[in-house]
Amino acid sequence: MAEGRKAGRALPIAVGAGTIVAVMLGLEGLLRVGLINRFIVPPPSEVLLSFGRIIDEEDVLARTWETAFEVLVSGFFTILIGVPIGAALYRWRTLRAAIEDWVAAAAAAPLVLAFPLFLVMFGRSATTVIVMSAITGLAPMILKTTEGFAGTRQVLINVGKSLKMSDRQMFWKILLPSALPLIFTGVRLSWTFVLISVVGIEFLINLGGLGQLINDLAERYDLPGTYAAIGFVVMVSVIFFVALERLESWLQPAR
Amino acid sequence: MPEVRNALAPAAVAQARPQLQIDKVFKRFGEGEGAVVAVDHVSFDVHPGEFVAVIGPSGCGKSTLFNIIGGLLDDYNGNVLVEGDRVAGPHPAIGMVFQEESTFPWRNVLDNVAFPLELMGLPKAIRTEQARHFIELVGLAGFEKRMPSELSGGMKQRVSIARTLVSKPHILLMDEPFAALDEQTRLLLGDKITQIQQELQQTTLLITHNLTEAVQLSDRIVVMTYRPGRVKRIVNIDLPRPRTSDVVSSDAFGHYVAEIWADLREEATRGMADTEQRTRGARGHG
Ligand SMILES: Nc1ncnc2c1ncn2[C@@H]1O[C@H](COP(=O)(O)OP(=O)(O)OP(=O)(O)O)[C@@H](O)[C@H]1O
Ligand SMILES: [Mg+2]
Repeated sequence: MAEGRKAGRALPIAVGAGTIVAVMLGLEGLLRVGLINRFIVPPPSEVLLSFGRIIDEEDVLARTWETAFEVLVSGFFTILIGVPIGAALYRWRTLRAAIEDWVAAAAAAPLVLAFPLFLVMFGRSATTVIVMSAITGLAPMILKTTEGFAGTRQVLINVGKSLKMSDRQMFWKILLPSALPLIFTGVRLSWTFVLISVVGIEFLINLGGLGQLINDLAERYDLPGTYAAIGFVVMVSVIFFVALERLESWLQPAR
Repeated sequence: MPEVRNALAPAAVAQARPQLQIDKVFKRFGEGEGAVVAVDHVSFDVHPGEFVAVIGPSGCGKSTLFNIIGGLLDDYNGNVLVEGDRVAGPHPAIGMVFQEESTFPWRNVLDNVAFPLELMGLPKAIRTEQARHFIELVGLAGFEKRMPSELSGGMKQRVSIARTLVSKPHILLMDEPFAALDEQTRLLLGDKITQIQQELQQTTLLITHNLTEAVQLSDRIVVMTYRPGRVKRIVNIDLPRPRTSDVVSSDAFGHYVAEIWADLREEATRGMADTEQRTRGARGHG
């Protein structure tokens, strides 16, 4: 049983890794033959080799941590602010009717373009990156939370009423657990937005972690280094998603 | 056995004050032309320890009545008295089992059943002990750690019943708890319910549209009409107790079924004709 499950998990990972290797090899081949211009796309072998270089010379590990930290802080703020707002939108129908569409519209707004405004308010600092990114991630968090609460089955609410539960008990013992899967969907969506925003703004205002490094390397026309740095962004993303998945299955076993 | 019961039961019933009194309950949804009278001056009593079934065709207002008695629908005319109190909001003496599946998918069987005890603030050891007792009573011993997603429909419904029984309600109120189940499971669960009822002397009001189920389980059956939902007839079922599902093959059982079916058929036919007409009407307009 356990072995079967292990094999079941190992296979997709092997296929995934195999696909990446195959694409890399294919790309390498096309570049060597000259079908793709190597001034636009660096050969994967060179990207691979430059990993050691950017770790030694560009301090990429510290920068990765810096970026990850900014994602973590912004991400926590989206949860801390977004879940209560989402719950409030569920609780007060009028409020929901009034602003839900605006929140949805805000999710599509290119907030990064407002960066000069935030520079004026918070200076060229990590605060700017964090505040802007938290705001960027807020909309999906709010919308999914509201959707989660609103999706609570009426019969479960009736069970609560028939047991004469207080509003407080109803919230903690029925509404919140019922909304949890969609709240997690919200967290995943909003943290994706946050990561993109953090790296994007670091790039844009040339400050801090991986975004700035990518900016630097690209300006120096160090393409293999640039792609290797992007590899670290992917790594940060993977680490967060694995951690979120673990947290989710720990919070709600075999639902 | 039946003679003894017949000799004793009416006297006992006459002495005891009804535990649940439904008195000229009336409920209309909507206003003007689209208004639907779901429950129309329904009256009957349920005495301590009695098992009463309310039967009627789909859409006749059974769930509406269930919600009114359970205190989930405050806005009604007439009176529902539980041990003498007029129902306004859920009454602590009533435990409800719903028509729809209602287990908490994020809790295992044990934690589902222990839920009402948790609300009362009982210590964990006591909660677990009592919950286990009722899990055993509904025949789910060994499934304590399973999640609802791992259970069949019938098992989930038994979890809901155990969760309601654990808080020891004076009156058990059930809305078609077996509607979604197949006939075999329904009969066997019927046995379980009879057994529980006899063990706990549980006053029970069961809402159903299933005739054999009603006759199998009840002391009395309230037959409802379709639109408006009125009481058509109240039938006493004098079948011997303790009963099992074997009772369905007896002559007396067949007699009761035939008798009630004659009433019910009329209503069900009206219900079907009404639905067809409205469907056609809707199609005509669309
Ligand atoms: N909230 C509501 N608003 C308007 N009409 C309603 C509402 N609830 C029920 N009704 C109407 O009242 C009538 C009775 O509904 P009810 O659910 O009580 O029937 P039922 O006997 O429980 O049917 P079933 O056996 O199918 O569960 C139906 O015609 C239904 O359309
Ligand atoms: Mg119903």
